[in-house]
Amino acid sequence: MAQSAKSEAKQIVDPGIEKGAAGLTEERIQAVIHRVLKGESGARLKVYVDTCVHCGLCSDACHYYLSHDKDPRYSPVAKVKQTLWEMIRRDGRVSVDFMRRAAEIAHTECNLCKRCAMYCPFGIDIAYLMLVVRRIVHLLGMTPQYIQDTAHSHAAVSNQMWVKPDEWPDTLQWQEEEARGEIPTLRIPLEKEGADIMYSVIGPEPKFQAQLIYQAAMIMDMAGVNWTMPATAGWDNSDMAMYTGDNEVMGRIKREHFETAARLRVRRIVMGECGHAFRSVYDVGNRWLGWRIPPIPIIHAIEFYHELLTSGKIRVAKKFQTPVTIHDPCNVVRGAGLHHMAREVAHAICEEVVEMYPNCEHNYCCCAGGGVINCGPPWKNKRIEGNRVKADQLADAKIRGAKVLIAPCHNCHSGLEDINHAYELGLDIKFFGDIIYEVMEKPGA
Amino acid sequence: MHPIYGWVTGPLTWIAFVLFFGGLLYRLAQLLVLIRRKEPFIFSYMSFKYGLRSILHWLLPFGTVNWRLHPVMTIVTFAFHICLLAAPIFLMAHALLFEEAWGLGWPSLPDVVADGMTMVVMAGAVFFLVRRIVRPEVRFVTSTSDYLLLALVAAPFVTGFIAYHQLFAYRWMLVAHIVSGQVLLVAIPFTRLVHMLFAPLTRAYMGSEFGGVRHAVDW
Repeated sequence: MAQSAKSEAKQIVDPGIEKGAAGLTEERIQAVIHRVLKGESGARLKVYVDTCVHCGLCSDACHYYLSHDKDPRYSPVAKVKQTLWEMIRRDGRVSVDFMRRAAEIAHTECNLCKRCAMYCPFGIDIAYLMLVVRRIVHLLGMTPQYIQDTAHSHAAVSNQMWVKPDEWPDTLQWQEEEARGEIPTLRIPLEKEGADIMYSVIGPEPKFQAQLIYQAAMIMDMAGVNWTMPATAGWDNSDMAMYTGDNEVMGRIKREHFETAARLRVRRIVMGECGHAFRSVYDVGNRWLGWRIPPIPIIHAIEFYHELLTSGKIRVAKKFQTPVTIHDPCNVVRGAGLHHMAREVAHAICEEVVEMYPNCEHNYCCCAGGGVINCGPPWKNKRIEGNRVKADQLADAKIRGAKVLIAPCHNCHSGLEDINHAYELGLDIKFFGDIIYEVMEKPGA
Repeated sequence: MHPIYGWVTGPLTWIAFVLFFGGLLYRLAQLLVLIRRKEPFIFSYMSFKYGLRSILHWLLPFGTVNWRLHPVMTIVTFAFHICLLAAPIFLMAHALLFEEAWGLGWPSLPDVVADGMTMVVMAGAVFFLVRRIVRPEVRFVTSTSDYLLLALVAAPFVTGFIAYHQLFAYRWMLVAHIVSGQVLLVAIPFTRLVHMLFAPLTRAYMGSEFGGVRHAVDW
C-alpha cells in the first residue's frame, strides 16, 4: 500500500471524541449502528452500498486524495470502506478505536463537497454516506469538541456563536450607527412586518465580522430595498447541527428561521455570502421538515447582487481595478448552479477576472466546509495539508495575474485564509459584498 | 443427447431465468417499498428529464470529465460492457436455441464478430484484474468478492470461447459454459452485479438532484 511517511498521520487528540469514546461499550456501539443503519436509513444507503463496484473512479475527485499524493486511504470510496462497509460487514460489532477513526474520517477527512458524486459513474452520493457516519458518531456522543459546541449553541440560543438575545439587536444598532456616519439617513429596519425582504446572516457576522452587516445595510440602502431583519432568534441561517448529524436540532433551527420570516410576512429571504447555510435552508433542512422546496423563497447573496446590478438598482462608480479570481463554493455552485451569476457579478464590478482551473462545478473544495473548519484548532494543520491542490490551483491563478480572491462563502473564506497564509500565496481574499461596497455609487454619502 | 446436457439446457435453464428475472423484479420491488417507507422524497425529486440527461452523458464515451480523465479505462469499460451484453444476446447459437424452443427468432451476429466480442470481454476482464492489483486506490478497496465477481463474469465467455473453438473437452466445456452462464444470471440480482439494474437508477437520482434542485450538471 502506498503510504508515504508524511501522511502517516500524527495522532490528533480531540477532547470531544475522547470524552465520547471513554464511556462506550461495544454493545452500545452496535445498538447505535443498528439504529442508524437498519432503522433510520433506507433505500439510498442500501443501494449505494450494494451498487458500488469498488472501481476507485471517484478518487480523482477528492482534494484530500490529490493533496496526499494519491494516498488510497483518502479516496472517497476508501472512506466508505473504512467506515460503513466495515460496520455492515461486522454487523455493527466494531471497537471503540474503530469508531474513533470513523469519527476522524467522517468529520475531518471529508468536506461533503459532493465533487465525487460527479466522478462516480453511478452517481453514488458519498457525502450522504459520510453524513450517515456522522449521525452514528453523534448518537455515540463522539462528535469533535469544537463543532459540538457550535451545535450546542444552535440548540441553546438558536445561533451558531452563543450570541445572546440582547447582543443581536445591539450589534445591528451599533452597525446602523456606524453606517449613519456615512449615510445619515440609513436604517437597519428591525421587525418591519410586510417588508419585501428579510435579510439573514450567520452567527459569525455579529460575533466578529460586524462590518459585513454594515456593508449589507449600505447595499440595501443604496438599492432602495424594502427590507428588514428580525430582532428575535431565527435571524441565524447557519446550521452546524446539519453537519454533526444532529438532525433534530437542524430541523428545529431551520423551522425557526422560516417561521421568523413568516411572522414578518416578508416575500422572500435574502441571505449573506454563506454556502453551508444555503445548503441547510435550500436543500437539507427543508427536506427534513418535509418541504420539497423552501416554504418562503430564499436567495443567496450572489443572486441578490446579480439582481441589483442587472436591474440598475445599484450602479458601479468605478470598477474594481485589481485583477480578481473566483472561488466556486461547493454549496452554491454544485449546490445551486450560481457559478454563471457569480461570473456576471464579478465582471460587472471588476475590471479583470482571471479564471482558476478547474472551475465552476469542478472547482476544488476549500477544505473548510462541511463542518471541517468547525472542528477547530486541533484539526487545522490536517485541513491545510489536506488541500495542497487548492494552493497549487490558487498559485496558478496568481501567476496569471490574480491578486484578489473572491470567495462568496464564509467557510471557504476562512479556510482559504489558512491556505493563503500557510502556503504564502499572498492573495487578498474578499467577499463580493466587500467589492460592491467599495465600487458602488453612494449618492448621499 | 447426453443426459447432463439435457438437464442443464432444460430445468436448470428454467431455474436460472426465473431466478434472474424474478430476482431483478424482487430487488426493484424491495427498493420501491423501502423508498416509500423511509425516503419518499426520492419519488418527488426524481425527474425524468434530468435523470435521462445525466444517464445519456454518462452513457457517452468521453461524455463526462471523469471519462476524459481516464481514457484507457473508458475505452475498455465501454467495450467490455457493450460486448458483455451484445455477444450472448445476439450469438447465432443462442438465437437458434430460442428459435428451436419457442419459435422466437431475432437477428444474430456472424460468428466471427461474436468471437471477437468474446475476446474483448476476456481482455477487458484481464484489464480489470490487473487494474485491481496495480492501482493502489483500487487495490485498497478490493476484497476477495471483487475477484470472485470478475471470475463469475468471465467464466461463461472463457468456457464458451474454448467450446466454440473445440480446443479441448468440447462436451464438458459446453456444459461448463451453460452452467457458468446460469450461475452468472442468478448472481446478477443478488450481488454487486445488480449495478446492471441499480446504476441507471442511482445515476438518474443524482442527475435529478443536480438538475432539479442544484441547477448544476453532474458530469
